[in-house]
Amino acid sequence: MKILDKKQLAPEIVKFLVEAPLIAKKAQPGHFIILRHKENGERIPLTIADFDREKGTITLVCQGIGKSTREINQMEKGDSFLDLLGPLGKAYPVQKLGTVVCVAGGLGVAPLYPKAKALHEAGNRIIGLVGAQRKEMLIMTEEMAAVCDELQFSTDDGSYGHHGLITEPLRAVLAREQVDEVVAVGPVPMMAAAVQVATAFKVPVVVSLNALMIDGTGMCGGCRVTVGGVTKFCCVDGPTFDGAAVDFHEILMRQRYYRDQETEALHRCKLEEAGK
Amino acid sequence: MRQQMPKQDPQIRRSNFEEVAQGFTAELAQAEAKRCLNCKKPLCVEGCPVEVEIPRFITLLVTGKTDEALAKIKEKNSLPAICGRVCPQENQCEKNCVLGRKGEPVAIGSLERYCADWGRAHQAAEPVCTPTAAMRGKVAVVGSGPAGLTAAADLALMGYEVTLFESLHATGGVLRYGIPEFRLPKAIVDYEVGNLEKLGVTIQTNVLIGKTLTIDELFAIGYQAVFIGTGAGLPYFLGISGENLNGVYSANEFLTRVNLMKAYRFPEFDTPIRIGQRVAVVGAGNVAMDSARTALRLGAKEVSIVYRRSREEMPARLEEIENAEEEGVIFRLLTNPVKLLGDENGNVTTMVCQKMALGEPDASGRRKPVPIPGSEEALSVDTVVVAIGQGPNPILLQGTTGLTLNKRGYIEVDPETLMTSIPGVFAGGDIVTGAATVIAAMGAGKRAARAIDRYLSEQK
Repeated sequence: MKILDKKQLAPEIVKFLVEAPLIAKKAQPGHFIILRHKENGERIPLTIADFDREKGTITLVCQGIGKSTREINQMEKGDSFLDLLGPLGKAYPVQKLGTVVCVAGGLGVAPLYPKAKALHEAGNRIIGLVGAQRKEMLIMTEEMAAVCDELQFSTDDGSYGHHGLITEPLRAVLAREQVDEVVAVGPVPMMAAAVQVATAFKVPVVVSLNALMIDGTGMCGGCRVTVGGVTKFCCVDGPTFDGAAVDFHEILMRQRYYRDQETEALHRCKLEEAGK
Repeated sequence: MRQQMPKQDPQIRRSNFEEVAQGFTAELAQAEAKRCLNCKKPLCVEGCPVEVEIPRFITLLVTGKTDEALAKIKEKNSLPAICGRVCPQENQCEKNCVLGRKGEPVAIGSLERYCADWGRAHQAAEPVCTPTAAMRGKVAVVGSGPAGLTAAADLALMGYEVTLFESLHATGGVLRYGIPEFRLPKAIVDYEVGNLEKLGVTIQTNVLIGKTLTIDELFAIGYQAVFIGTGAGLPYFLGISGENLNGVYSANEFLTRVNLMKAYRFPEFDTPIRIGQRVAVVGAGNVAMDSARTALRLGAKEVSIVYRRSREEMPARLEEIENAEEEGVIFRLLTNPVKLLGDENGNVTTMVCQKMALGEPDASGRRKPVPIPGSEEALSVDTVVVAIGQGPNPILLQGTTGLTLNKRGYIEVDPETLMTSIPGVFAGGDIVTGAATVIAAMGAGKRAARAIDRYLSEQK
């Protein structure tokens, strides 16, 4: 659970290389971990962005949004996470399909990359589409470049690549050629939009959901999502699901439920920082 | 006359998380212990799933040897401070007490708790297992709830090298995440688990067997037997529309946030919980009572139990029902939720319920609730807790090849040996029987420890 290396990828986004031999040995694309960084901390689920079985390491990418994630991002090389559990979730079934479009928005590159890498290794042609708010928020571009046969970028402000939403290049690619699967990971509205585009072109689309959860082992049911009209637990049935069947509206509302408390916690956290 | 344990006043305790029942004083314990007839054929012992020699420990207590009384209990029960608090003694030892035929039975549970609390206050010496050069073998125990803790303690006392694996970051299973602080202070769970470590048990948290390590790997790294005591950890939902609205919690999530993650101390602890003014808890077991009483303590104005059968069928302990009632929990009986409605933010606002009448007895032997046509009513709510039971958690079961399950998805074991379909793998507690009590799971852990000892002795 020791942090072997730390790298700032973008403002508020940090990559950790963590010693976790048992988890690394079992990790597959789609898996995640739950960590607690300190005694009274939350249990935070983070995707396994990469793993090295031989070195016994996993890579985690954390965006400092709330109090816990901001505190995690202040941890340094040599520090240890208090608790680290994994690998959790169902692995994404990697198959040779032909051409796969891998679409990421913001931090979504972290869960997307291991899938793209495995799909590439399985002999698929990978078209990568990576979007962010602005140029400096684009992350893991080199890693993606290494596993994509074609890679396009977009930024909301036009500071790099296509000026606009990443779904626009997605539409262009799907109009241009035959695609066998779309894998889309990112903020909920971005995934919902990507699913709409892919479905319009009758291309199967897979998404990776990040519901709120506590234990990550099917015990609390806090991560309920509706998929195909049926309630699923994101932690044990997912986090990868058939995007066309997912009720994104419900997920969006569930994610907002603790917003007031999160704001309060973050506010106190900032006051403490200011007081130091 | 049976001595009553002092309790916090209901009006005060409904807004704090301090323990409700405060334990016998030395005087009360003496007075109560003296009531025991010390029967030649003690029926109480037959009612105890872990076979505590009840009259003998009570006799020691009467003679003032509290330390020896505790040692006597601990010969059979490694978790007396917990059992003295959460066991349904009224259905077990105390139910069999001869005094109960004409009057009230001896308060065995309260006396057990008294001895255990005395030991904790006086740091009574624990039996110490001194590992010899030749330990009798290596056993892995999966799950650190009541079944796992008991199996681990008993095996350690027999001289085995035991590792206890737990998936959460803290031990205790339901004792940690499920039972609230006001009924079972977590310091007591810490203390009892600490005693286990003193017996030489190694504890590994954050290991999910079936994912982090498989059962096959446990054998490969040198364990000679495995005990599975993972419990029934998959919450059931009602299956009605609106159940995924915000503010609808499984009892597991609601209690885990509060007990394990200490959300009642937010923002000192980082995990939040949102409690509304009006809370409805669906179900009437102990978990439902715990949820309702927790909701009161979190500041809810009105908390009700919504249950489709009548008072007589409520599965919770009478004591817990009374505690809830005293604290002001409202009981809406013969009432069944049929759908939940929410606002534009997806937050639950209304529980539509149907009134029920009791019909003929069903498969469970209880009278089946039948809906009364046209009796729908709307209950205004902003938090709903679903406490209608749980099923087997599939993670370990899916991650283990060759493990035979029964029709309901629980692990099938040989009733004699408690061995599963995999040689050397034993199971007990809720993962075999379905959701039951702490003490039933402890009884299973105890029997499994004996069965593992027999199995490993025969292997040699």
